[in-house]
Amino acid sequence: MTPPSSHPAHTEQPLILMEAVEKWYGSFQALKSVNLSVSKGEKIVLCGPSGSGKSTLIRCINHLEVYQKGRIVVDGISVADNPKAIDIVRQEVGMVFQGFNLFPHMTVLQNCMLAPIRVRGTGKAEAEATARQYLDRVHIGNQADKFPAQLSGGQQQRVAIARALCMQPKVMLFDEPTSALDPEMVKEVLDTMIGLAQDGMTMICVTHEMGFARQVADRVIFMAEGEILEEAAPDTFFRSPSHPRAKQFLGEILAHH
Amino acid sequence: MGYELDFSVVWEHLPELLWGCLGTLGLALSGMTLAMIIGVLGVFARGSNMAWLRRLVIAFIEVIRNTPFLVQIFFLYFALPSMGLKLNPTVTAIIALGLNGGAYAIEIIRGGVQSIHKGQVEAGLALGLHKTQVFRLIVLKPAIRAIYPSLTGQFIMLTLTSSICTSVAAYELTSVAQRIESDTFRSFEVYFTVTLMYLAISWMLMTAFAAISRQYFSYPTR
Repeated sequence: MTPPSSHPAHTEQPLILMEAVEKWYGSFQALKSVNLSVSKGEKIVLCGPSGSGKSTLIRCINHLEVYQKGRIVVDGISVADNPKAIDIVRQEVGMVFQGFNLFPHMTVLQNCMLAPIRVRGTGKAEAEATARQYLDRVHIGNQADKFPAQLSGGQQQRVAIARALCMQPKVMLFDEPTSALDPEMVKEVLDTMIGLAQDGMTMICVTHEMGFARQVADRVIFMAEGEILEEAAPDTFFRSPSHPRAKQFLGEILAHH
Repeated sequence: MGYELDFSVVWEHLPELLWGCLGTLGLALSGMTLAMIIGVLGVFARGSNMAWLRRLVIAFIEVIRNTPFLVQIFFLYFALPSMGLKLNPTVTAIIALGLNGGAYAIEIIRGGVQSIHKGQVEAGLALGLHKTQVFRLIVLKPAIRAIYPSLTGQFIMLTLTSSICTSVAAYELTSVAQRIESDTFRSFEVYFTVTLMYLAISWMLMTAFAAISRQYFSYPTR
């Protein structure tokens, strides 16, 4: 097999490949023939007006949403070919939610150890060591024995990031990770994400934080009404968006900055 | 008014009455355990994607909640033997209490499960946990915490309902009391004492439930 030679940087198979993915909620079409290819190490920022399908798109990748047409391949695994592969895909794909979704009845440390022990079968001591390592990395190691409700929103979201990292995923999905935070806590979460990006993690982030997009994104993808309308490097996208919907959207959100 | 109170009867029969209390506690605790198992499995089955299983659980709840407990226990004790299934009184009582309490527990626990934010389930699934693991490890404890007062209230009801098991001659406080009363004709003294004993049993259980709550459900929430 000779790979196409035009893009030497992308000759490897993409880490995530979405082909003609379509999704309906009843008669409402949430995704319209979405095609997306993400290489290892790439950082993608997904933006667009609310209801444009950004969250739906990333939630299809780890099958929190079912889609009706097309296929999604994650690290060479396609769930369409093998329904049991959902479990494997989810182990390789970390996700951070808008609402943190930490488990309230477990300490920070237990939140981070649960999946490695129960899903990967990691030993307790090793799971704890890994958890402490990632908690230190998101600068929250000293809170390991607290319960989620005892932490601020920003701290909770950093724990959520550490919890996802403990599964040592190949890609991280962020679904508006700073939207539910008080303004003064946004930075600490973004700094954590920037650190992660600098370490080479493959990331797809649904966010309206355009500063973050400028700083870390390899590509910005703009969606509206379930379609990808524009894909560009952040400089190009912010300086001269080509699609009128993208221009309008940028005008609206940048007006406040 | 020729009736003179004479609690010496109670005093003489105190050991039997205390054994009766133990019998009641035994029935109640076994019944609760069975009810809890039925409750948790029932909630899980009620949320299954197999329609026949969901319908079976709903039918079970409907039958139990809309028929008298006395008829249920008579059915188990007197009707089943004609189908070839003969159970002893204690086993019958435990099964009857467990089934009855279980039907109510399913509905109560289900309410708790529904109060859990769906983000909790999604976070579990996204980490690679199976649906059953998500239910067992993530949903169940906060769900039970949410409805703990209703659930323990139902379990106190179950304990008091165990007095009806006297009708199949299960060994418990009320049946002991009936026997002493018919031997001595000291109705007031016996039932007055038994009333206090039921109160004591209920208080003990409530104290135990509160201790369990402090032990397992005391994590902080917002």
